[in-house]
Amino acid sequence: MKTILNDFEHFAPKTVEEALDLLSRYGEEECKIVAGGQSLLILMKQRLVTPKYLIDIKGISALDYITFDEQQGLKIGALTTHRAIEKSPVIEKYYPVLAEMEQNVSSVETRNWGTIGGNISHGDPSGDPAPVFIALNGRLRIAGLNGERTVEAEDFTLGYFETVLGHDELLTEIQVPALPPHTGVKYTKFSQLQGDYATASVAVSITLEAKKKTCSDVRIALGAVAPAPMRAKKAEEILRGEKISDDLLARAGQAASEEASPTTDAEVSEEYKRELVKVLVKRVAKEAFERAKKA
Amino acid sequence: MKKELKFKVNGEDYDLWVEPKTLLVQVLRDELGLKGTKWACDSGACCACTVMVDGRAVKSCSILALQVNGKEVMTVEGLANGPELHPLQQAFIDNWAFQCGFCTSGQLMAAKALLDENPDPTIDEIKIAMDGHLCRCTGYNMISEAIQDAAKRLQAQKQQEGGK
Ligand SMILES: Cc1cc2nc3c(=O)[nH]c(=O)nc-3n(C[C@H](O)[C@H](O)[C@H](O)COP(=O)(O)OP(=O)(O)OC[C@H]3O[C@@H](n4cnc5c(N)ncnc54)[C@H](O)[C@@H]3O)c2cc1C
Ligand code: FES
Ligand code: FES
Repeated sequence: MKTILNDFEHFAPKTVEEALDLLSRYGEEECKIVAGGQSLLILMKQRLVTPKYLIDIKGISALDYITFDEQQGLKIGALTTHRAIEKSPVIEKYYPVLAEMEQNVSSVETRNWGTIGGNISHGDPSGDPAPVFIALNGRLRIAGLNGERTVEAEDFTLGYFETVLGHDELLTEIQVPALPPHTGVKYTKFSQLQGDYATASVAVSITLEAKKKTCSDVRIALGAVAPAPMRAKKAEEILRGEKISDDLLARAGQAASEEASPTTDAEVSEEYKRELVKVLVKRVAKEAFERAKKA
Repeated sequence: MKKELKFKVNGEDYDLWVEPKTLLVQVLRDELGLKGTKWACDSGACCACTVMVDGRAVKSCSILALQVNGKEVMTVEGLANGPELHPLQQAFIDNWAFQCGFCTSGQLMAAKALLDENPDPTIDEIKIAMDGHLCRCTGYNMISEAIQDAAKRLQAQKQQEGGK
């Protein structure tokens, strides 16, 4: 027997304003936004979520875009699919790390319908996009009936499946500044099977000063090893302002593995995840460094 | 409360009224009787339910039917041309790419979407495009080989048509 979903009332707003209006009317009751539904429908089938009202934003085509210029940086509308990001010539040219990340999100079928806004709003600590946007110093634009606000990507997720979004708010856009000169970015996830959720994942962005010897700035983001994606700030401190060496990278890996707060799950122990963080940070930072030298 | 769903399936127009909770796979199988699309894990994890929406492979168990309003759906029933099988279907038979066949319609639709976008994929490109599809019987190499064989057949067909 297949599960039949609970009954709900379905609204399909065509604009952000309409969606916000519906949210202000129903947001406080048992109401949910659905974008691609790739995550939400599973929760509804499991009866973990049983909304009475579903606000279906998939048809708001104004939120499906990818734009870039040197001043404004990159802007991705919340309803852009994973697949559109993976295949975008703009992304490939200016932020290839985002295309690399997308290639390992689930299967083509999920990427064809699931949206970047839905992925981030879901607040899954093992989601792939969030650590990369944190490493890229991204910001998230949020709309509510009373106006707009933006938050740093690193402040968006509060804990397991919990975000800063209010019940009457909509994530509308992801913003990423243009990369400073001599910056390299790399993301790697470790998972049991191709396309599975991460057991641990690491994104690193390294910026070198003009002579490309010392690291002038660095951002290290960890996924799946804490209740929310997190920055490994102690590891960053070890690298910032220093000449990058294998020894230093190993020390950063060690620091990150101590900062992380993973938990044992059905497949993997806490210790194993810490070991993964230690090795991944070292490797991923090394590749970011190599990329920065060429950038 | 039922809502109107107007869409195309395998080239035909439909105008139905469905409960909002209806999944795309339910409309295809239960309302339209197109049982070629399989409903298996019901959780987005096996891709047996894959169909094409506006040319892209998607999982019909994980999409609300109302979300394909105005769109064009293609299911495995839309592949053959009358009694003549689609080259993908023939290649699956000739390469022993299925046993029980339960995963096959999903595999075929994902393969169709792949070949429409990339008519000459490498084995690695095929593996990436198909990596969400679970098959409990056959083994994946034969499926990948069948898709590559089908690509050759389709290209030969195109050349012949071009030559006429
Ligand atoms: C089999 C499978 C494997 C997967 N593997 C991975 C993986 O490896 N890595 C990974 O990162 N993800 C993975 N995913 C998750 C997938 O990437 C996300 O579920 C998907 O991208 C979510 O987007 P959606 O548009 O479908 O969101 P929905 O399911 O529609 O929504 C998800 C949540 O976000 C809310 N929401 C959606 N859009 C907005 C918005 N604009 N503003 C405010 N709230 C909003 C909804 O209310 C809901 O709570 C996997 C999913 C499946 C089914
Ligand atoms: S039945 Fe849809 S993915 Fe398994
Ligand atoms: S042929 Fe039986 S599951 Fe694939």
